[in-house]
Amino acid sequence: MKLKFRIRRNRLNRSVGGDLFLFIILAVGAVFTAIPLVFMISQAFKPLNELWLYPPQFFVRNPTFKNFVDLFVLMGESWVPMTRYFFNTLLLVVLGTAGHIILASMAAYPLAKHEFLFKPFLFQTVVLSLMFTYQVTAIPNYLIMAKIGWVDTYAALIIPTWGMSLGLFLMRQFIVAMIPDELLEAARVDGANELTIFWRIVMPIVKPAWLTLMILSVQQLWRETGSRFIYSEKLKTLPYALTQIIWGGIARAGVGAAVGLVLMIVPILIFVVNQSKVVETMSTSGLD
Amino acid sequence: MQPVIESNKGLIRGISAKIKGVSRYVMNDIKENKVSYLLVMPYWIIFFVFTILPVLVAIVLSFTYYNMLEPPQWVGLHNYLQLFLDDDVFLIAIKNTFVFALVTGPISFFACLLLAWMINELKPKIRAFLTLLFYAPALTGQGYFIWRIMFDGSAYGYVNGILLYWGIITEPIQFFQDPKYIMPVSILCVLWSSLGTSFLSFIGGLQGIDKSLYEAGAVDGIRNRWQELWYITLPQIVPHMMFGAIMTITQSFAAADQLIQLAGFPSTDYAARTIVSHLMDYGNIRFEMGYASAIAVVLFAFMVITQRVVQKYLSKLRD
Repeated sequence: MKLKFRIRRNRLNRSVGGDLFLFIILAVGAVFTAIPLVFMISQAFKPLNELWLYPPQFFVRNPTFKNFVDLFVLMGESWVPMTRYFFNTLLLVVLGTAGHIILASMAAYPLAKHEFLFKPFLFQTVVLSLMFTYQVTAIPNYLIMAKIGWVDTYAALIIPTWGMSLGLFLMRQFIVAMIPDELLEAARVDGANELTIFWRIVMPIVKPAWLTLMILSVQQLWRETGSRFIYSEKLKTLPYALTQIIWGGIARAGVGAAVGLVLMIVPILIFVVNQSKVVETMSTSGLD
Repeated sequence: MQPVIESNKGLIRGISAKIKGVSRYVMNDIKENKVSYLLVMPYWIIFFVFTILPVLVAIVLSFTYYNMLEPPQWVGLHNYLQLFLDDDVFLIAIKNTFVFALVTGPISFFACLLLAWMINELKPKIRAFLTLLFYAPALTGQGYFIWRIMFDGSAYGYVNGILLYWGIITEPIQFFQDPKYIMPVSILCVLWSSLGTSFLSFIGGLQGIDKSLYEAGAVDGIRNRWQELWYITLPQIVPHMMFGAIMTITQSFAAADQLIQLAGFPSTDYAARTIVSHLMDYGNIRFEMGYASAIAVVLFAFMVITQRVVQKYLSKLRD
């Protein structure tokens, strides 16, 4: 015990004063971040009379599931069954994510490990495009979708996700750093072709990176309202339907908070499960 | 005349030979690296059609008048001239965008860096929890929703209620209608949810630093954690800072969604009008696609220039 204590005190270049100072900054940051989150959770469990209490209370006093029950009832009343919206979003998330992971990994492997004439061009355009936001490209994107005839179909939401640039960038950097050339060389000597190498050697090693790509694309698709391209009611997504409920008036403040919580919980759970993999992937995310 | 034509012919022959040579070279490369191209292309074609092509289309459209009903008409630089000379609201939008980007960009970048650095030394369990906490607002993307309830303009809004109760104010503040408050509150809300990909990148980068560097540094005379941060840690994560800078610049210049959600659209006195919401106004409401595209091109130019400048300063840090 004593030894451990001594080691702690003698950490390289660390002072108690500095520790305290940083602890205070960290605590302030953590509280500032936590307040709205806790407020939101607390709000979702407040009964109606507590929502309109004066002065407003931060914490819920008599927690209730009524808001969630109401949400469920409201969902049941909607013209298109809620399960339909849920299925739509599920379809988007699954197809979008799977396609993105497969296509981005396929492309990342040669961009990381092969030499060919157009490689710098093909990769640098992706790096440059990290600076494009969807608002900048929204109008031409719509025109292109209209031209291909994908407006009001799921292709308009799913296919562009497959080509997201951040995913490819992270995957490529991870492959560069994590897969030694000797390994690939050894496989080639053994007579494996590039497709086999990609599927049997590269893919299993870069698992942390595809879990990261999964989070990024789930995060985006799970909150996709689809309002840019989708007009048919039965093709609308869960976030769209839920946001409609929030706008349903002041009496739905509690239900609104419940909706917010439902939309938050899925990406958070996925992130919690894969956090260490994400950090591992991000350790190679530097841009040289 | 004869010799000129002759030399022209020679020139053309030379050029066509060169083209043939280059195309043979290209074809050979494609043939030789067939598998590489086959693997890249499915992704890249989709990427090109939905990410690069739209930008190219926007650049072309920005020189036209286009209302989506009639075919685009070439108008030259007219859209750009109008933007900078005639459109007062655009100038407000530029000012707001820059105020917004100059405040949120650097603060968010350094907050990501500082918090990641502080978290880095904690025990793994605490580190994992704090990472989740700080990343949660960006992860969920529901920030504006909570802030609207908290800063609601009625006496039942949480902040208003507390201020009223304590007697600091006598009537509720219209946080999202009063131009005095729109920007500060929005900035606070955006900062709250801005610890995103760059934050994760810094955490990853810091985790990846070789611990023996610190011992070596101590031997070389580094005496406290601030020197250690400046001389060892930061130079090690310059690549991550480059990546983080791109993500942060994009995020802070393209701010619009949160502002629209918070302050409404259009906002009082254009107090929350940014370049992107100006673009949406012309693109989604007035259907002046040429003009909207010109706005997009200007925004993109701002982002690229800022990124180049930041990149230059960051690469100095490495030495």
